[in-house]
Amino acid sequence: MLLVARRLVQALLILLGVAAITFVLLYALPADPARMIAGRSATAQTVANIRHELGLDQPLLMQFWHYLSNLLSGNLGRSYAQKTDVWTLIAARLPATLTLMAAGIFVEVLLGLTLGTIAAIRRGGFVDRLVMMASFVGTSAPQFLVALLLLYLLAVTLGWFPMSGFGGFSHVVLPGVTLGLCGAGWYARMVRSAMIDVLNQDYVRTARAKGLSSRRVILRHALPNAILPIIAMIGIDIGQFMGGVVVVEAVYGWPGIGQLAWQAIQQVDIPIIMGVTLTSALAIVIGNLLADLIAPIVDPRIRTR
Amino acid sequence: MFKRWLQTTTVATVLALAPLSAMSAMAQDAPKQGGEIVVTYKDDITTLDPAIGYDWVNWSMIKSLYSRLMDYKPGTPDLEPSLAESFTVSPDGLTYTFKLRKGVKFSNGREVVASDVKYSIERAVNPKTQGPGAGFFGSIQGAEDVTGGKSETLSGIETPDAGTVVFKLSRPDATFLHVLAINFASVVPKEAVDAAGGDFGKKPVGSGTFVLKDWTIGQKLTFERNKDYFVKDMPHIDGFTVEVGQEPLVALLRLQKGEVDIAGDGIPPAKFLEIKNSADGAKMIVDGEQLNTGYVTLNTKVKPFDNVKVRQAVNMAVNKERITRILNGRATPANQPLPPLMPGYDKSFKGYAYDVAKAKALLAEAGFPKGFETTLYSTNTDPQPRIAQAIQQDLAAVGIKADVRALAQANVIAAGGTEGEAPMIWSGGMAWIADFPDASNFYGPILGCSGAVPGGWNWSWYCNKDLDARAIAADSMSDPAKSAERTAAWGKVFTDIMADAPWVPVINERRVVAKSLRMGGADNIYIDPTRVINYDAIYVNQ
Repeated sequence: MLLVARRLVQALLILLGVAAITFVLLYALPADPARMIAGRSATAQTVANIRHELGLDQPLLMQFWHYLSNLLSGNLGRSYAQKTDVWTLIAARLPATLTLMAAGIFVEVLLGLTLGTIAAIRRGGFVDRLVMMASFVGTSAPQFLVALLLLYLLAVTLGWFPMSGFGGFSHVVLPGVTLGLCGAGWYARMVRSAMIDVLNQDYVRTARAKGLSSRRVILRHALPNAILPIIAMIGIDIGQFMGGVVVVEAVYGWPGIGQLAWQAIQQVDIPIIMGVTLTSALAIVIGNLLADLIAPIVDPRIRTR
Repeated sequence: MFKRWLQTTTVATVLALAPLSAMSAMAQDAPKQGGEIVVTYKDDITTLDPAIGYDWVNWSMIKSLYSRLMDYKPGTPDLEPSLAESFTVSPDGLTYTFKLRKGVKFSNGREVVASDVKYSIERAVNPKTQGPGAGFFGSIQGAEDVTGGKSETLSGIETPDAGTVVFKLSRPDATFLHVLAINFASVVPKEAVDAAGGDFGKKPVGSGTFVLKDWTIGQKLTFERNKDYFVKDMPHIDGFTVEVGQEPLVALLRLQKGEVDIAGDGIPPAKFLEIKNSADGAKMIVDGEQLNTGYVTLNTKVKPFDNVKVRQAVNMAVNKERITRILNGRATPANQPLPPLMPGYDKSFKGYAYDVAKAKALLAEAGFPKGFETTLYSTNTDPQPRIAQAIQQDLAAVGIKADVRALAQANVIAAGGTEGEAPMIWSGGMAWIADFPDASNFYGPILGCSGAVPGGWNWSWYCNKDLDARAIAADSMSDPAKSAERTAAWGKVFTDIMADAPWVPVINERRVVAKSLRMGGADNIYIDPTRVINYDAIYVNQ
């Protein structure tokens, strides 16, 4: 309980820091939001009016103070370009973002755990080398390429999955698998090295000496002890995916938060950029908090420390 | 009277568009009614509020959701009354009186009355709306008081009865009818704007050809035919769904599979030739001219571009043909600021021909026999950096060493509007597309003295008081009898400006739209000069 309270205070400080840094960076940009909204034909008076209406003619500190006070009352502000509440725009994209995040992490972990464990058991052999090479290819292949290849093969040519959009289970398969394939390599490497460590431990040797089956040794004794770093990695991935995976979203027409952020950056729509950044930061904090809370359940040694 | 006026004012337009009109006539055989289509775009739709929306994607949709006093005949830049039944112009060109059509209804069921027209334009001009359109209405009496925050009503708009709107102008404005046809003049019901609570852009109510039925943010918008629209058999399709967030390459694959009818972002350069050379390529590709010119600005306030000979030399150094090849031939070389479709374009004008030897000689004459170093700004999305690099190579051939600085669009715009900052800017990705088909729209903000201010769009910072005076004189010719003279006067402004060479007019880029084989209608309603896709006029063949 104390941990949660301490983490919540930390989270608030982190979010405040993120808000301040992002705000200053955005306003330091050599780009004028009022000019972008006003468009090409606007008179200087129109631009000045827009700047005034948005409060952009006030000193930076004053603007930040207004932003913070709105934020504390749960108001993320209004989009400059869309003239809609930022929260409405982000909330509309949360279901798709969360779905893709869950699917991506599921495939990553499933593949990573399986391949990493197999590689550790077959350490130094052909299978190990094959898995390591595959994980290297997976992590270094551009997401755009993997996404297009899967799309072309499984959706366009074979017609097994829809090419685009957000809807039923079939829609999430390709984007989820793309994210999974590109991210599983990290998990596989991590699991492999943790498993190798664990498999050399005395208790594993003891388990084997007691005559337990290899499967039982690995699943019951080794894997739970090797899984800890995976939990931490999932925590990080939650934050990363919640910030949007622009490329995968673009290829599969997935209405996630990344597309919203990308368009806002093009339009210098500061309230949306701030909103997405804070959402992403909040997700990272929550992801890490969850990882910290789950770790002691998986590994009782952490509880006793 | 009005008919004759229109005939006179559009003589030049008709001449310029003769081939287009012929094409249109050929393909416009009996449009069919019914059917629903799917359209895709990469970018999300920002807003459908006519006082705010100002990008090329929402422009077409706003056109179809609302009606205005004036509009254009589909596929042409020819003005015609729309919400207005008729109108008269006073001999001094300062008073325009419009009679509204009777029985036109908003999609909320209420009849459109004169006070709605007044409210809508006042709303577009009001600073609180934060819209980009206020400047267009600057000639209406009292506009300055509203933009300056002194008043919320325009004294120059009167509504003597529910069916009459009278505009009083502070100066003759030959473009005024065009101004009443642009999206910012769309008529909206006040009660719906108030009810939307600042979110009218997502809950639009108009009296146009279509009604917004549903909007799933970030995914799709569904438009349904307005059954009560005041023109019989318009629109032709029963509805259309706009799917957003669609990568152009994937949209094209979906179009080939029959899932999409119009890929709004066109064909990615990598796929263009493949599609063009395919069996159905010709039927799928709509490749049309638009009112667009891509140019390089030469900053007259930055050395050595303050020297006219240097600017002329740069004009001769750029190989425009090669740039059209980078775009797979989807552009034609330009030699003057006006695009060929624009009334006033001078076909006989030759401009500066590509001539490396002459360019070198001019540079030597200007005191730069070994060239100089400079910076060329460009936006950072393909193919713009590649075009900037081609220009960079051309400049190197005459001894000018240009450093290409490819930045996000907002940063390039900011650099252009900062005095002394950007010596050269390639306008690609931000190239000027006319708001309405009149030559004046290509002058003030981008070449006139009023645009050569901090934050302005005249990135050459070129200010020629004589040409400004001629521009004002041309725009004052609101007498219909002088329209041909006015068009010629404007044309001469743009060819004369080239003597000072503040720009390198590089290309007139054509727009490419990909459509499915079942779609019918002439090319010029898919790349309509005033609205890109004309949802009112397109139809489904089966």
